[in-house]
Amino acid sequence: MATSTGPGRRQTWRTRLYRWDSKGSPYAFVAPFFLVFAAFGLFPLLYTGWLSLHQVSLYNVSRSHWVGLRNYTDLFSGPPSRFFWNALRNTITLGALSTVPQLLIALGLAHLLNYRLRGRTFLRTALLAPYATSVAAATLVFALIFSPEGGMANWLLGLVGAGPVHWEAGHWTSQFAIALIVTWRWTGYNALIYLAAMQAVPGDLYEAAAIDGANRWRQFWHVTVPALRPTILFTVVVSTIGATQLFGEPYLFGGQSGHQGGAANQYETLGVLMYDQGFRNSMLGRASAVAWTMFALLLLLGLVNALIARRLRRAH
Amino acid sequence: MNLPVTALPRRSALLTGAALAATALLLTACSSSGSTPGDNAGGTGSANGGAKLTLTVGDFGTFGYKEAGLFDAYMAAHPNITIKETTTTAEGDYWTALQTHLSAGGGLADVQALEVGRIALATSDALSNDFENLAKAPGLSQGDYLPWKWQQATTADGRTIGLGTDVGPMAICYRQDLFQAAGLPSDPAAVSALWAGDWSKYVEAGKQFQAKAPKGSFFMDSATGMFNGVVSSSSQQYYKGGKLDYKNSPSVKSAWDLAMQADAAGLSQGLKEFDTPWQTAFSQSTFATTVCPSWQQANIQKYSGAGNSGKWNIAQAPAAGNWGGSFLAVPSSGKHKAEAAALVAWLTAPEQQAKVFQAVGNIPSNQKAYELPGLADFKNPFIGPNAATGQIFSTAAKAIQPAEIGPHSGDVKDDISNGILLVEQNHKSATDAWNTTVQQIDSSVQ
Repeated sequence: MATSTGPGRRQTWRTRLYRWDSKGSPYAFVAPFFLVFAAFGLFPLLYTGWLSLHQVSLYNVSRSHWVGLRNYTDLFSGPPSRFFWNALRNTITLGALSTVPQLLIALGLAHLLNYRLRGRTFLRTALLAPYATSVAAATLVFALIFSPEGGMANWLLGLVGAGPVHWEAGHWTSQFAIALIVTWRWTGYNALIYLAAMQAVPGDLYEAAAIDGANRWRQFWHVTVPALRPTILFTVVVSTIGATQLFGEPYLFGGQSGHQGGAANQYETLGVLMYDQGFRNSMLGRASAVAWTMFALLLLLGLVNALIARRLRRAH
Repeated sequence: MNLPVTALPRRSALLTGAALAATALLLTACSSSGSTPGDNAGGTGSANGGAKLTLTVGDFGTFGYKEAGLFDAYMAAHPNITIKETTTTAEGDYWTALQTHLSAGGGLADVQALEVGRIALATSDALSNDFENLAKAPGLSQGDYLPWKWQQATTADGRTIGLGTDVGPMAICYRQDLFQAAGLPSDPAAVSALWAGDWSKYVEAGKQFQAKAPKGSFFMDSATGMFNGVVSSSSQQYYKGGKLDYKNSPSVKSAWDLAMQADAAGLSQGLKEFDTPWQTAFSQSTFATTVCPSWQQANIQKYSGAGNSGKWNIAQAPAAGNWGGSFLAVPSSGKHKAEAAALVAWLTAPEQQAKVFQAVGNIPSNQKAYELPGLADFKNPFIGPNAATGQIFSTAAKAIQPAEIGPHSGDVKDDISNGILLVEQNHKSATDAWNTTVQQIDSSVQ
């Protein structure tokens, strides 16, 4: 009797264990990420939100006092509002100046590399070289190129008879120079993503198009681009997030006045403004308010993007 | 799929190895500063014969202790002490990190340097309790230090939290060859006489220079340098009676007006000081004068290059003033406070400061050092081989009138310098630039 119930009980124990294993293990496996995220992502986020409601200085965080939403109202309409709106405008213009050409060039490059070429692997690896370069190194080189004293950009302009331009001091010239650094660094990275997606496009689609008499340009336009639509959307989202957080390039490009994005704040982005308020003016509360505004902006962008994606899927 | 079976384990082994190595590094880094517990029991500063200990020194730029061999000498005299120095190039980065460490209460060195622009903040209620009172440090004699320098590091309740290292007495460095080409006198005494006593004479001399200057050369590197020179030589700068009062400060007004005049007359090349184009301009010999606090000599030599050796000379500034200079302080959270204080007192004593001057050109804040041989009669082989460099700087140092500095002095100075750049580089009108500057200051001072 006892022996006959034994295996049965062991069976249920085993099945229960198996059920726990199959249900619980995935949670255990993903737990490290969420624990690390809670410690290094969620906590700082909430703490920054808490700080943004206080007047608190960098060198005395323990002596903060509650000011409610004043940091935010200051930012939108108080003494620093002029700098905030300026930084927001610059973030948008710099973002557009760097993201749009970057993605277009990447798409073109990927299309060319998709053909059979000699040294294709070398070219594909070379594409990633700028991405692997540190922001600091790239920016310093570009700062030298655009330097008013013996810079290469002005030398080239001089060859065609155009006068020297003070790149860093001008509103659009400085933004152009910075957008060029961003474009240079990220084009190859995006091109590789496009290339990977292009290789998943079935070859018979091209064959069929070729039989129908479509040239390469039309093949690109009517076969490649529609197939790449989700990938393009993905790179747009990633680049937009990157552009919203743009900091290293303008900060380093400005040299001595990089912390405020140029003498006239002509290329101060939200990221630079946050650094300036927090670490140069020691106003952690206001810097946190900038950080949360950026966060809200990114959420908004994400929402808009999700809507567009859904619309596209429906249209498909 | 043809995945090699060993790929995963090997990779994870590699990762584990890297993680272990990183942990080991962290552990040793932590233990190096605190490896000797209980060695500060007496706290009398009797360094000899105690247990072995390591003193860490955090500073920025060039303090010159290593260059003058002072750390080695101190360690030789105190065999139980090892000194480790950590240097950050840019003072701004250094200060940001120091503030963060102070507010977190960790990661501080036993000795921390403080720049004069930060000293008012460091002596304020917010921060002064984080530092030790050094007024009674062993082997120290208060009367040796320039009185105003001593006062700057002293809190309202009479605690002295930093001992002065160097000061920044000003001179004007100028290019003899360009002065000659423009028909101006080029001998240091005659050049000093051109603008003696009044900064507006300096601008007048600039107009004379510019009238006959070689093509493509300017009288000054930037109007911001002159602005700082004028304000630095006044006893009323940005603060009055403990309050920020730059809008009513006579020196700020006259310095701003002179800078606008200089710009309108085309005397300035409009460079941003210390920035890369400014550095390049030294080697291209495009400007004839620059305001020259003692520490600026090192920059001139570094950026002008060997080809311009002997072309620079040095003259007295229109008025004596101080631009820059630092202090050494001992954070209260340190483990070896008494030993650190003894080290600071020794490093800032006259003999040691004189050695630093000879090695890197920092002018001592210790008056006794001016009488030592090798200082007043010092001559810089690169800048004006025959100019009385030591004489000019020590005279200027003794003539400095102390000025009231406040917690935001450095910030306001930076913001107004930036306002001048708006005129020089971004071609704004003087009124626009001033209004923008006021907005910037209002927004950054809470």
